[in-house]
Amino acid sequence: MMDVKQLIKPNISSMKPSGIRRFFDLVHEMEGVISLGVGEPDFVTPWNVREAGIYSLEQGHTHYSSNAGFMELRHEIAKYQSRRFGTHYRPEDQVLVTVGGSEAIDLALRALVGPGDEVIIPEPSFVAYQGCTAFTGATARVIKLKEANEFKLTAGELLDATNERTKVLIMPFPNNPTGAIMTREELEPLVQILKERDIIVLSDEIYGELTYGTVHASIASFPEMYEKTVLINGFSKAFAMTGWRLGYACGHPDLIAAMTKIHQYAIMCSPTTAQYAAVEALKNGRTSIEKMVLEYDQRRRVLLTGLRRLGLECFEPKGAFYLFPNIKKTGLSSEEFCEQLLMQEKVLCVPGDAFGDCGEGFIRCCYASSMKEIKEALVRIERFMAGLAL
Amino acid sequence: MNVVLDILKKNSRLGDEEIAVRAGIEVEEVRAFIKEAEEAGIIAGYTTLINWDNAQEDAITALIQIKVQPQRGEGFDSVAKRIYQFDQVSACYLMSSGGFDLAVIVEGRSMKEVGSFVAEKLAIQEDVLGTATHFMLKKYKEHGAIYEEKHFDDRELIFL
Repeated sequence: MMDVKQLIKPNISSMKPSGIRRFFDLVHEMEGVISLGVGEPDFVTPWNVREAGIYSLEQGHTHYSSNAGFMELRHEIAKYQSRRFGTHYRPEDQVLVTVGGSEAIDLALRALVGPGDEVIIPEPSFVAYQGCTAFTGATARVIKLKEANEFKLTAGELLDATNERTKVLIMPFPNNPTGAIMTREELEPLVQILKERDIIVLSDEIYGELTYGTVHASIASFPEMYEKTVLINGFSKAFAMTGWRLGYACGHPDLIAAMTKIHQYAIMCSPTTAQYAAVEALKNGRTSIEKMVLEYDQRRRVLLTGLRRLGLECFEPKGAFYLFPNIKKTGLSSEEFCEQLLMQEKVLCVPGDAFGDCGEGFIRCCYASSMKEIKEALVRIERFMAGLAL
Repeated sequence: MNVVLDILKKNSRLGDEEIAVRAGIEVEEVRAFIKEAEEAGIIAGYTTLINWDNAQEDAITALIQIKVQPQRGEGFDSVAKRIYQFDQVSACYLMSSGGFDLAVIVEGRSMKEVGSFVAEKLAIQEDVLGTATHFMLKKYKEHGAIYEEKHFDDRELIFL
């Protein structure tokens, strides 16, 4: 018998499966669980957007698009990036439509790094950065972001992590799982360091629409950084289109061309029904986004105030839809806290260390759930905390 | 739009404390704002959305278009006043349509009751030139609330 396991590449087989899986398996067997665990909007895709997708199917638009995506969509993306975030791209050769932001992250890393190269990954952050870096054989250099800095990246931290092998810096803001954002003023010192170096910034701005009280600042909008940044965005979070799987990358034409090469062999083109829907989202989606952001903002405050009242320390995150409270005072590890909370009170949160070792001592609470569920979750967490007899 | 108004528009039962948390302002600010808004007539009242179908009570709503003769110096206001003062009239709007001038919502217990009201009280008004009554058969959505939609969460557990 052939031992297939033997044949798997070492850098894949040595990747440890996410610890969170075990949790999710537990949840499958439980009823009445309130999930603050899943990082996706609870809103359904706005009807005008769904309707545009349906209409494209009715019209029989069921074929491939060009590899980089429909030109009409790339035009809309360019216009949208320009009016919302002040980042200007030519639709012809600077925009690539991908299968979610995740594909764009993978493409960028595959196009840029390999063995011997280093990728700086500030953590806690989205798990795919580590995974995709590992696939390429490059080395991940982790920056442990600090709660004291509200999990923002500082110039000192960046300098310490940079060396002659550094090729890519990942900028995961607004951040999953902490909800941290970086303002223009906070980006400035980083730009001063980066502008002198041959480092590409992979700026994952998938939560760019979800900021509260401030407009997202893109590092690509700094003239010094424009050519050095590959900007990644998508429709999942802003337009509640997670299941459509549509994202995009914008950047230097040479980099976009390289990424398109990989994309054309691995994916061919992104799903076209989703592309038609995305055109509608960009053209007429503003009202829906504003409504959703208002609602998230209220939930954010309710959950934040609630958790603080229970005595959990939590900085006020201004982006995405996550809170990242500190649970160290309970004496439990992140995993113990989440597991006991799930088993005793049926509330699902995600242990902070799932997003990097420095997330230990924190849990991720996603507030993309209804206000009713958030309030019930708070009642249950209060009962759970009381049982801990602190 | 003012965030307090936006919150109240969706749920007027929320307490001042809760509104303060949602809006991210102090509870005193909420109280002061609401007091001012009530006095200034910005907040004209508080209401509840009731799906009478589910309440198993007889209730019918009609939209009545009314063509009226405007009055010199008064425009439509005096006619409108004669109409909206009836208790049966729950809403009254001046429209920009060419076909009619006032749109009136009338609520009653039966079609007969509403029909009689229109015939006996509205149509005979001196300056009313004509009416058209449209009974509502089913309410799908009111004030942003969809009546018969069941909320279900089909999100699966995915790690990200």
